[in-house]
Amino acid sequence: MSAIIFENVYRYFIRDGRSFPALDGIDLTVADKEVVALVGPSGCGKTTCLRLAAGFELPTKGRVTVGGQQVIGPGPDRAVVFQQFALFPWKSVEENIAFGLRNQGAAASTRQERISAIIKLMGLEGYETAYPHQLSGGMQQRVAIARAYVLDPEALLMDEPFGALDAQTRIVMQEELVRIARVNPRTVLFITHAVDEAVYLADRVAVMTRRPGRIKEILDVRSVRKAERWNDHERIEDVMDLESFVHLRTHIWRSLREEKMEAAP
Amino acid sequence: MASPSQRPPSKLEVFVLGFIGLAGFVGLWLAASTSGYVPRQFLPTPFDVLARAIHLLTSPFAGATLPVHLARSLERYACGVALAAAIGVPLGLAMGWYRWLDDIVTPVFDGLRFIAPIAWVPFAALWFGTGIGGPIMIIFSGAFPPCLISAYRGARFVDSKYIEAAQMLGTSNLRTVAEVLLPASFPSIVAGLRVGAGLGWQSLVGAELIVASAGVGYMMVQGQSNISTPTVMAGMLAIGLVGLLIDVALRQMEARVRRRRGLA
Repeated sequence: MSAIIFENVYRYFIRDGRSFPALDGIDLTVADKEVVALVGPSGCGKTTCLRLAAGFELPTKGRVTVGGQQVIGPGPDRAVVFQQFALFPWKSVEENIAFGLRNQGAAASTRQERISAIIKLMGLEGYETAYPHQLSGGMQQRVAIARAYVLDPEALLMDEPFGALDAQTRIVMQEELVRIARVNPRTVLFITHAVDEAVYLADRVAVMTRRPGRIKEILDVRSVRKAERWNDHERIEDVMDLESFVHLRTHIWRSLREEKMEAAP
Repeated sequence: MASPSQRPPSKLEVFVLGFIGLAGFVGLWLAASTSGYVPRQFLPTPFDVLARAIHLLTSPFAGATLPVHLARSLERYACGVALAAAIGVPLGLAMGWYRWLDDIVTPVFDGLRFIAPIAWVPFAALWFGTGIGGPIMIIFSGAFPPCLISAYRGARFVDSKYIEAAQMLGTSNLRTVAEVLLPASFPSIVAGLRVGAGLGWQSLVGAELIVASAGVGYMMVQGQSNISTPTVMAGMLAIGLVGLLIDVALRQMEARVRRRRGLA
């Protein structure tokens, strides 16, 4: 079991001697092998949530557990895919993917086996010796996902994983992620600006309020997906045309718009 | 500062202007030394200096030819700069990673770094002798600060996303310093090495003031005691030219590093 659980999490930032609330009591559970998307107006604390689960920051109050373990720092059981990829520019594709495995002290042969498998899965064959700056944004993000997946982490944390990609590449990568998730399901928490993306990829979508962030509502996409047989459609645009998809998307849009309206002076 | 109305000069213009500057400098020098106001013995013409330098290429002065003096100088220089890089870069990186080390070293470093290499000469001679140790220490004192500062600044300003990526991949401290901080700050380190190499070379004559065997500085000191101004100036010419060559070589290395990283 590798659930991600936020228990009454508060996070304050201190600036100029004053304390600003960023998260105001987050309760959220991402069940084992479940994909949850976090959406919300900008500055609502989505990224802070993800960073707390990653262990880059610690909650001011409350706690975050992953797989039953309280998060006290970053670690390879919670692999992160960054918006700006954060690949090591001085290492080749293969070396980037191997970096985490080498930390685990795996034998060279097992390491090579796992690297080859993930390179194949992510469609990176032929790019093993390329350097990140020689690759397109989409290819770089494939490497970043491979680098996270190869560790076989309990949880995968993705911060706007496709935010830096152009619209077409984005769609390819979204379909790709669904394909990989079918082969190799993971507990995933991901952040996105794109409501389409959230509804298409997630089992549940959590909508946050404006700052200080709270969970406003959680929508169960999975049951709709099953009932309306979204998985019968291979292409993302076909799914996005379905009435049930449009309905969910519109609902989330309205919910987000309310937050933005209230935020206006 | 170029005024906005000025267009950038073409390559040819830059070359011509540079040539005019150099020619003007040599011309003034020539005029001064042939004017008769200054004895030729104290201000030889550029041609005298050049002739002396060419002469020194093959015939020994103060026990060795100019190339041999240069070779001995480069030996000391290479040792001093290598030592400065070998200590300065790792220490700078470690200071960038461990705050406590930064807090320990910085006051000592700041206290010492304004002592110019030449000011180390008497101390170096007393402590390390006039053989190989003293001169190396003086060159080291010139080259060390830029090595340390550039590695430190490089490590401190590494994009936090690389450090976070390393952390979430479960990387140990040692490996983070060696495989993330070092390569991430490599462009900064190479720039610092270039400055350090330049300062080290500039400290050379100071270092060789105390040397009693061979080296360009030693040759120049001997030239001074023999009142041979052309020899002194030939030494200066050699130092200037070799310094320029070192800088050009390191500049190219820096450019290559940046290109490979996709920075330029």
